[in-house]
Amino acid sequence: MNAAAAATDDIAIAFSGITKRFPGVVANDGISLAFRRGEVHALLGENGAGKSTLIGIMSGMLAPDEGRIEVDGRATRLSSPADALRLGIGTVFQHMMLVPGLTVLENLMLGAPWWRLRSRSRALARFRELAGLLSVDPDPDAPVGRLSPGEQQQVEIMRALWHGGRVLILDEPTSMLTPKGVAELGAVVRRLRDHGVAVVFVTHKLREAHALADRISVLRRGRVVGALGPEQLRAMGEAEVLDAVVAMMFGRTERADALGEVLAGGVGAGPALRPVDRTRPPRLVLSGVSTVGARGECALAGVSLKVWPGEVLGIAGVDGNGQKHLAEVLAGQRPVSAGSIMLDGREIAALGVPARRALGVRYVTDERLDEGIAGEHPVAVNLVLKEIGRPPLWRAGIARWGAINAHARDLICAHDVRTPSERTPIAWLSGGNIQKVLLARELSPDATLVVLGKPTHGLDLQTTRLARERIRNGAGARDAALVVISNELEELLETCHRIAVLDRGTIRGIVDNRPDAERAVGRLMTGIAHAA
Amino acid sequence: MSAAELVTGAVRILLPVLLALVAGGLVLLAMGADPLAYYGYVVERGLLSRTGLEASVTRMAPLLLIAAGLIVAFRAGLWNLGVDGQFLLAAVVVAALAPALAPAVPHWLMVPVCFAVAFAVGAVWSVIPAFLKAVHGINEIIATLMMSFLGVGLANILIKLVFFDPATTVPQTATLAVEDRLARLGATTVHWGVLLGVAAVLAVHWLMGHTALGLRLQIVGSSPRAAIHAGINLRRLTFVAFALGAGLAGVGGAADVMGVHGTVQADWNPAYGILVIPLVFLARFNGWGVIAFVFGFAVLMIGGESAARRVGVPTFFVLVLVALLLLFLAVVEYLDHERRRRRAA
Ligand SMILES: Nc1ncnc2c1ncn2[C@@H]1O[C@H](COP(=O)(O)OP(=O)(O)OP(=O)(O)O)[C@@H](O)[C@H]1O
Ligand SMILES: [Mg+2]
Repeated sequence: MNAAAAATDDIAIAFSGITKRFPGVVANDGISLAFRRGEVHALLGENGAGKSTLIGIMSGMLAPDEGRIEVDGRATRLSSPADALRLGIGTVFQHMMLVPGLTVLENLMLGAPWWRLRSRSRALARFRELAGLLSVDPDPDAPVGRLSPGEQQQVEIMRALWHGGRVLILDEPTSMLTPKGVAELGAVVRRLRDHGVAVVFVTHKLREAHALADRISVLRRGRVVGALGPEQLRAMGEAEVLDAVVAMMFGRTERADALGEVLAGGVGAGPALRPVDRTRPPRLVLSGVSTVGARGECALAGVSLKVWPGEVLGIAGVDGNGQKHLAEVLAGQRPVSAGSIMLDGREIAALGVPARRALGVRYVTDERLDEGIAGEHPVAVNLVLKEIGRPPLWRAGIARWGAINAHARDLICAHDVRTPSERTPIAWLSGGNIQKVLLARELSPDATLVVLGKPTHGLDLQTTRLARERIRNGAGARDAALVVISNELEELLETCHRIAVLDRGTIRGIVDNRPDAERAVGRLMTGIAHAA
Repeated sequence: MSAAELVTGAVRILLPVLLALVAGGLVLLAMGADPLAYYGYVVERGLLSRTGLEASVTRMAPLLLIAAGLIVAFRAGLWNLGVDGQFLLAAVVVAALAPALAPAVPHWLMVPVCFAVAFAVGAVWSVIPAFLKAVHGINEIIATLMMSFLGVGLANILIKLVFFDPATTVPQTATLAVEDRLARLGATTVHWGVLLGVAAVLAVHWLMGHTALGLRLQIVGSSPRAAIHAGINLRRLTFVAFALGAGLAGVGGAADVMGVHGTVQADWNPAYGILVIPLVFLARFNGWGVIAFVFGFAVLMIGGESAARRVGVPTFFVLVLVALLLLFLAVVEYLDHERRRRRAA
């Protein structure tokens, strides 16, 4: 370790004894951590460990119940996000905070106080400066809604740094990005670090943490349970670091080996996929399905697909190429403008969500906060959101709350959802735990078609492994046709029998998941000109 | 709910009331009136005297029925601000219908028919805003307010041109004979419409908390996108919530006509709807809370009239109190929201 004086000199923000309680949980329990200038600090931990809470406190969104925050050695109260921004503490939340209809520059200028004149030239100068610093060049006059997720995130980073970059906080920044976007983000983060910014980021992908971080802190049940400093990280190999982190995260060393599989990732890492009997008729047949998109939205243009019983079909491609439409068309949330959808030989294109659900169609949406949950309602209600009014939980339209809550307790236990109780409003749960609720709701034995959009988004290592295993085993149903839409090729390679590449609303090609699948998908993807 | 939550809940509800009363007192002082005397008279006239108490309880009938409707609409996320038009139009139709029916059909039939017609009239008056909202996504606040103006106007036209009683000099509908009105409760002057109001509020409370329809309405109100995702029929429920809310307001009009006035005069518009809205919010849509607040407010309305006369302020001083209540409700809500945001982003 350096001399104490030198070390405290580079501390951009320091927490000591930070405690934050929510009804029924201590989300942060006496956390003391220092974030240094010119250092990338990764926060790791299982779902519900308290990472987002810590970030919320750092960004001025949440007030701690106890503890002390020092910015540049001075005790500070961060009483609002604006306060934090003024101190140069900027955050990129998981959720896009930009206004899609406004241009890049307009979005960046939004944060200015209302009394200050908005000078375009001055804003443009700052934009150029930051663009240079990040070494990216989005068009300042392009509407944000038109940018790729990666570019949108770059704009978010600019917004966070707009008032001077002391600390840059990133909450699960890579979950929406393609591998190329991840690589670019990595480059940006390193450049900022070399520029003296203290970067804090949360991730569930240990590989990324290892590749990017100079320091790793691991949280568990609200406490710091382990840390690896720069010297240690330099001295240890990737495998060693991952082992050490996994042991800290889950508190069980024997677990590390089993999880090693996930970490190794790639083809053939998991148990073999279940065989598919293609002599049977396909369960799901899409022929020439097209949709109409709103302005700037990519619609489907003549998509044809077949999925056999027990088969998992992956949809690869860059977000915003019709993935959302495909999922919604299958779930019954969006009408088709042409084409047919046959499920078990029956035309279902005209059926709405409830009718399809009755036929066994399940849909895990990737917009979990926007449409996946009714945030103010308890976990128990969210677990039956699509069954309201159906027996046996309702009888003659009257709710049997006892049964509904018992049903919820079973699912909470089976899916290891961390919640104070089944009556807790679901919006209070951590991101990963909300995702568990969504999965728990849609995985059922009587499913015939399960559509999963980014199914492991926000899940920690162990839960990701479990979820992928569940998908490989048919998503809880015996012979359902599964469609997994993901921007993580690794996930598709691990779970799918075949992988289709969706680009600009059409299927570019479908490849069997054989050892050369990764390259084959890659070839189809590179045909895509402007992939971000 | 923890003890601390209960306390903050109580503070959130009682603080605006208290602040409104204090600020109202200051206004009275500024007007040269004695606030303690005013509030003293309110309590004495509206609560402690027998006639006053009976009048207060009677006044609860239309207010409770309106409140029941508002609970449905608000919990479904619909700002039905057109209650007054729905109320008045139904009142006028019933005022015309009841005296005509009374000689022809038995009382036990006449009353439910009138209530049903009132419900239908109110509901029909909500179809246009419901359609605009459900099909075209047009904001219902403006639409319902406009429809309310139209409803009030139409009600007046109906009285003056169609339903007027030629026997009277002021334009008004025919009068329902006293023996044909809603029965009194025991030896009091209170009619049973009050019980109907209490039942309606409790029924709505139960509907929202214990039925599939209620839960769907709540989800439509709090998370419309989740409702679509879950396959809940947003359009149909928008119509249903509007119709239930407006229909109950209509029933409130019928109860007031058949229970108290027996007739509707031209240009009569008690504007109860606008007064009930803050109460429903104050009670956070809770049925029991609504009943309590409506009672308190009815006392204020009844007692306030004579109190105003005695201390020499205009009778509409009650409206000043309502305005202050709304203001402080908003302020307290805002502060609480900020506090919560900081505690739990
Ligand atoms: N606003 C809130 N109200 C009540 N409880 C909350 C709130 N926010 C978080 N919690 C609780 O605090 C704990 C920590 O949550 P937090 O969001 O910090 O976890 P996390 O480490 O970010 O997890 P994830 O990896 O799943 O995102 C959880 O048990 C969660 O239920
Ligand atoms: Mg989180």
